[in-house]
Amino acid sequence: MTTLATKKTARKAEKAEAAVGKIRLATAWLGGCSGCHMSFLDLDEKLIDLAETVELVYSPIADVKEFPHNVDVTLVEGAVANVDHLELAEKIRQRSKLVVSFGDCAVTGNVTSLRNKFPVEDLLTRVYHEGPGAVPRGGETDKIVPALIPRVLPLHQVIEVDAFIPGCPPDPERIWAAVSALLAGEPVVLTEKMRMFG
Amino acid sequence: MAVITMTINDELVSGVEGQSLLTLIREQGIELPTLCHLEGLEARGGCRLCLVEVQSTHRLLPACTTTAQEGMAIQTHSERLVRYRRMILELLFAERNHVCAVCVMNGRCELQDEAAKIGMDHVRYDYLVPELPLDASHDKFIIDHNRCILCTRCVSVCDSVEGAHTWDVMGRGVNSRVITDLNQPWGVSRSCTSCGKCVQVCPTGALANKGSTVAEMVKRHDFLQWILDGREKKQWVMQNGGSEGRR
Repeated sequence: MTTLATKKTARKAEKAEAAVGKIRLATAWLGGCSGCHMSFLDLDEKLIDLAETVELVYSPIADVKEFPHNVDVTLVEGAVANVDHLELAEKIRQRSKLVVSFGDCAVTGNVTSLRNKFPVEDLLTRVYHEGPGAVPRGGETDKIVPALIPRVLPLHQVIEVDAFIPGCPPDPERIWAAVSALLAGEPVVLTEKMRMFG
Repeated sequence: MAVITMTINDELVSGVEGQSLLTLIREQGIELPTLCHLEGLEARGGCRLCLVEVQSTHRLLPACTTTAQEGMAIQTHSERLVRYRRMILELLFAERNHVCAVCVMNGRCELQDEAAKIGMDHVRYDYLVPELPLDASHDKFIIDHNRCILCTRCVSVCDSVEGAHTWDVMGRGVNSRVITDLNQPWGVSRSCTSCGKCVQVCPTGALANKGSTVAEMVKRHDFLQWILDGREKKQWVMQNGGSEGRR
């Protein structure tokens, strides 16, 4: 008798088998606007090619709660702006072979770091506490929203980074140039135009 | 003018006595980055990007302010020079708040371009994040000190071409800042003629037209040589007392 459960297990096993030999790719979203991920989706039909060679094991566009182990390549969008980002960045580094700063916020801090001129307390007061209604304090103790760190940092100032894809956002051509090199096990070499910030 | 011979990157080349190394190097089709230098303005040797190795001295010399001399042997792109140039660019990015994505000059900035050319894909130094003002008191232009790299092209063009000397520099080292008049708001400057030459020669988004937003600012340098030619070659002087002068 084939139960639903065994069917499910069989499907899972099939999936696992298909994933064997595939490159385990992850993408993460720290302090950024998600524009880099949008640009990643703009790879359009190349995503189909990509899906044949990689298994997307963690991403804002995949429903995975915990950052997995044994990841081959992780693209990190966004700067490190709060304690959750710090924690995830550490985890990403420990569990990924290659970590890539993906887009200007991860590479330089960019727009996310514009708040660095202001003390965190002033920032929260001006943006939230002076406004209408009750808002969480954003302190580490309240466990509601992650506390902001004093200064937004580019990813490479928090963990070791293996490659950089500048751009706000990096256009799909740059992303493809970098990702296809990484998947082929080659170093990321971007042309002059592809290295441009902004 | 006497002809001189020397070697650049082990190639024998000839130039004219009195020529700057930068001119001679560029004449050979070798690209040497510069940010403070602009054809038509006095060479200053400020940005240090055009530093070259000269065999007779241990010091690195800025090509823009060094005169080419008979028998010189220079290197323009040794591993050390390229490394230093990248460091200089990274330090410029770290020193003030250059956020390309939200800059009026995004896509046309000389600093952004040089960084991409040299392969600077990130900055290894801590960003200083200085608290710097933006002066929008002038009717037509703004000065955003966050983007200024202290190349002093504005100071030079205002003094030597416009003749107003509205711009100057105050402070020392990392605290230096370009100022109008005696550090008065630009809008109340009595010496400023609002000619806009400073805006046109500025390599970054520090000086821009008021009202321009992200990536909207376009600058042109061609006016400079045109004015200087007119002035120095007397192209604007009417000849034979008639109306034959170049318009």
